[in-house]
Amino acid sequence: MKVTLFITCLVDLFHTNVGKSTVELLERLGCEVEFPDAQTCCGQPAYNSGYVKEAKEAMKHMIRTFEHAEYIVAPSGSCATMFKEYPQIFRGDREWEAKAKALAAKTYELTQFLVEVLKVENVGAKLQGKATYHTSCHMTRLLGVKEAPFKLLKHVEGLEMVPLPNAHTCCGFGGTFSVKMGDISEQMVDEKIQHIEETEADYLIAADCGCLMNIKGRIERAQKPIQVMHIAEVLNRHE
Amino acid sequence: MSMKIGEEPFHARVKSGIDNSFMRGAVAGAQERLHARRLKAAAELGNWEEWRALGEEIRQHTLANLDFYLFQLSENVAKRGGHVFFAQTAEEASQYILDVAMEKQAKKIVKSKSMVTEEIQLNAVLEKAGCEVIETDLGEYILQMDDHDPPSHIVAPALHKNKEQIRDVFRQKLAYDKTEKPEELALHARQTLRREYLSADIGITGCNFAIAESGSITLVTNEGNADLVTALPKTQITVMGMERIVPTFAEMEVLVSLLTRSAVGQKLTSYITVLTGPRHLEEVDGPEEFHLVIVDNGRSNILGTEFQPVLQCIRCAACVNVCPVYRHIGGHSYGSIYSGPIGAVLSPLLGGYDDYKELPYASTLCAACTEACPVKIPLHELLHKHRQVIVEQEGRAPISEKLAMKAFGLGAASTTFYKLGSKMAPSVLNPFTTNERISKGPGPLKAWTAIREFPAPEKERFRDWFHHRKKAGDQP
Repeated sequence: MKVTLFITCLVDLFHTNVGKSTVELLERLGCEVEFPDAQTCCGQPAYNSGYVKEAKEAMKHMIRTFEHAEYIVAPSGSCATMFKEYPQIFRGDREWEAKAKALAAKTYELTQFLVEVLKVENVGAKLQGKATYHTSCHMTRLLGVKEAPFKLLKHVEGLEMVPLPNAHTCCGFGGTFSVKMGDISEQMVDEKIQHIEETEADYLIAADCGCLMNIKGRIERAQKPIQVMHIAEVLNRHE
Repeated sequence: MSMKIGEEPFHARVKSGIDNSFMRGAVAGAQERLHARRLKAAAELGNWEEWRALGEEIRQHTLANLDFYLFQLSENVAKRGGHVFFAQTAEEASQYILDVAMEKQAKKIVKSKSMVTEEIQLNAVLEKAGCEVIETDLGEYILQMDDHDPPSHIVAPALHKNKEQIRDVFRQKLAYDKTEKPEELALHARQTLRREYLSADIGITGCNFAIAESGSITLVTNEGNADLVTALPKTQITVMGMERIVPTFAEMEVLVSLLTRSAVGQKLTSYITVLTGPRHLEEVDGPEEFHLVIVDNGRSNILGTEFQPVLQCIRCAACVNVCPVYRHIGGHSYGSIYSGPIGAVLSPLLGGYDDYKELPYASTLCAACTEACPVKIPLHELLHKHRQVIVEQEGRAPISEKLAMKAFGLGAASTTFYKLGSKMAPSVLNPFTTNERISKGPGPLKAWTAIREFPAPEKERFRDWFHHRKKAGDQP
């Protein structure tokens, strides 16, 4: 199966290892992975800040870049959600609405793709220790992917999953919110970390680099002994 | 008291909220209790999503035909001998009520809980004219006794106070000499309030749902105070926002069920009071005179715009009770009697961007509010819509942000710019980088690194790795 990777700008620039893990994992599961070099960012930073005009330029660029793809897979619930929202954003636009719909229809978040399309739950991953999972807001509430990460993590050999208290609560990232409303964001991420600590987990796992950057950045600042991992990195551990 | 509370700027209010550890404990506790109860009450129905869809349909239908239903309502109220007044502004509404009070030579007025009367500053207007106004909802009564402390939650107005604080207020203001036990406090308030109902000249209520087909009003309470406010005084005045209306009893029943389950996790509240006009000859209690004041105050400007869904609101506060931002800053930080996500959408619409331009940004767009709303208001989308209006129509965004977003737009719409920018990033940020982390970032990173570490950009971008690997031919 041919998979077209929408790697997301955060992974491209800051979390290369998440990208590598995604490629290796998909290839191990028999996919042929391609990466259209023209891709940039889904436009969410501008869109969510109210700069719809600027965001639309980025969106059009992404629609053109992925026009040929059969399956688009992204290691981010939030960025995949943005693709899914393109049709609504271009509603009424005679040139772009249909194209946006076509793009949205073939877009999948990574774990969603594994479970719904490839129909695998056991990817043969191994990781020793105790982990808890942060359900990111856009992925669960807007994209509606709630179960897939848990189905996959359940089969990781050696990994004990423990539930995260108040899992439904946002970590305080929110894109530009994290800097515009830093004082509130700080309280939110601290409460999230407090709940993570209560689980006594060795690993915090999530499927969105935005949330991970926020939580990890705060954990590092506070020098807490919790390892933060993207789910692609966990699922790619198979030695 | 007006819709606006306090004169402090937004970030100062937020700081006081964050520093108020008692308030935050109380809010967090209440959110968790109410969240669990709401989920349980919704699950009991077995098909909650169908109920929500029905609630949304009822509200959308009513708003689409609001002129028709308001006319029907006013005709039916008049047929039963009631008076109807349409107030275009807050001032018109409070002036009409003041006129009634003056005509009746009213000295004492009892009120049941009503957000719209807060919005039109009714108490201040009546008190200025020499009337004694007494709130009879326990939460509102506590706030009133505490020198008119503003409400911090649309359903539980005194959520930010603990029982010790309430005891102290009662001791100072009500000659109370017992403990902070809730039962004792409530009993004292009840005994005091009973005397007030009996000697009041006018009773004023809000309105959860007006019923167009019968000209009735519905009040949903747990304390029963609305029954006494409407049964004892000779004159009753009900104040409603112009959108708080349903076509028939059948729709009222659906919305009441959604309201009580969403607000407090109850199948039904203790009292659901339906009143139709003044007392008739065959009836044993009720007012001799009934006035219905229907308040626009900016609502009709929302009709027909992209913000119209906000008028679907039934004031259950489910969105407030799940909001992670409200959780940490509390209701007063919003600077409006309408707080939480619904307040962040509604306050700028009713009160203008001058006072409320920050509120749409006080959200991570996590959509917990949208998910909780029993009538499916897309709250996080409306918050986003406000941001778009602030940037594109109001031109209120800071210059630095505009420039940054322009640059982003160029970079993200062009592979060449994107690649160039991302290639340069590691060297630009190199002076700030230690151990692949940035602890004190420049420019836009400053606010981020004030709180957290920022990862240094990777020297080899993912795309470089992918292409090198492909060239090297180690792809299977």
